Parts: sequence; C-alpha cells; structure tokens
Amino acid sequence: MKTNDVILKSVTRVAAVIISTFSIYLFMNGHHNPGGGFIGGLSTASAIVLLFLSFGIEKVRENIRVDFKKLAAVGVLIALGTGMAGVVFGQPFLTQAFGYYDLPIFGNTELASALIFDTGVALAVIGTAVNIILSISEDR
Amino acid sequence: MIGEWLIGILILLGAIVCVISVFGLIRLPDVYLRSHAATKSATMGVLLILFGGFLYFWAFENHISIKLLLGIVFVFITSPVAGHLNGRAAYRSGVSLWKGSVQDDLKTERKRMEQKDSGKSG
Repeated sequence: MKTNDVILKSVTRVAAVIISTFSIYLFMNGHHNPGGGFIGGLSTASAIVLLFLSFGIEKVRENIRVDFKKLAAVGVLIALGTGMAGVVFGQPFLTQAFGYYDLPIFGNTELASALIFDTGVALAVIGTAVNIILSISEDR
Repeated sequence: MIGEWLIGILILLGAIVCVISVFGLIRLPDVYLRSHAATKSATMGVLLILFGGFLYFWAFENHISIKLLLGIVFVFITSPVAGHLNGRAAYRSGVSLWKGSVQDDLKTERKRMEQKDSGKSG
C-alpha cells in the first residue's frame, strides 16, 4: 500500500529552511561566539539528511546537483590554500590576518581570513557527512 | 518584581508539565496513549521553559534572544510531527491497541484500500 507522507514533507519544507538559516548563523558567528565551521557544516549536513529522509534520495540528488565527494575535496583545498597564503606573504604556514573595513550595507565590519579557512572546514564536513550517509544508505 | 514571579511561575509550570508527561509515559498502557502523553505535554513543558528563559534574558540581561524564539517555533513545529511518525510507525509494524480500545477506523480503512488494490490488479 502506498504511504502518505504529506505531514512529514510539508513540515520538512519549513524545518529545512530554519535549520539552514541557523547553520549559516552558527557558521558566521564562529569568530566571537560559539559556532564555527565544524558545527555549521554538521547542521547544514543534517538539513540535507532531513531532505533525504522525507523526499527520497533520487529526488534530492536531482535538485541539489553537487557531488559531495568533490565538495569535501574542494573544502580541504580551500583550507590548505588559506594556509599557503601565509607562506606566500612571508609568514609561517597557517598565519591568519584580519582587518576592519567599511562595507556598503554592514558598516564597519571585521573581516578575517579565518572565515575562509572555516569555509573550507564547513565544506569538508558537509561533504564527508552527507557522503557517509549516502554510501551507507545505498542498496547493492 | 512581578517579572521575577512571572518567570519563576512559567519555568516551574514547565517543569511540572514535563513531570506529568513522565507519569503519563510510565502509567499509560499502550504505545499510542504513551505517545499522546509524551508528545503533547513534553512539548508544552519545553515551550514554557524556553519562554521563561527568553523572558529572563529580556528582563534581566536586556538581550532579546532570537535563538530561543527560533527554538520555541522549531520545537512547536517538529515535536508533534515526531509523535505522529512514531505512532504511525508503531501501527504499521503491527503494535496492537490497548485491550480497552473500542474503535479502530484505520484498520477498516486499510482493509478497504487493500481490497480496492487487489480488485484493481485482479
């Protein structure tokens, strides 16, 4: 008999938006508050896994056309690249820099190169977590 | 002063509702009644405690915590759905109702659907 998933699907539509927003908040706040690349990436991955659970793997893979293995590799490369940037400017490996800039909308903002490193960490975590879920869920 | 009392009463009420939910979990006879107790009153208790915490940070720390508001909305949306899915999974895996239950509409409906399906294929 065919199952009826209307309640799960419509709640997932709301909850995935809330989880993604909160994971971006966690990711951006990592410099001064609890948060950062790791839990930001993990909560994004949990939103994606929630979509997998309620809508099915094929349908989500059609709409999120990202190869998660490549995503993890790109994340590690970004993290390595920010480490190498310190070497290029004559500093030790993994040296981070920050400064204060006047941005059009945000006003006086602190921009740190640690954010780019965190982006790499987040992408690597998203790629690894989703890839583990995908590979243990496949039937062979 | 009245704010302190209000926050204290909210959090205490939330804790009491959670305790009542636990008594329901222990004392009720089958999965569906337990799910009824656990889902509704635990949601209510958690919402009251979170709202008390939100009011506390607003009144005493002068900090409007959007995270607590978001947590209230999120628990309010997702916890009943989790209860619904638990109950449905229990019904589909054949957990029987309490012996005092008098009505099972889903059973007759599923039988009707199965007959319709077999009639279509046959």
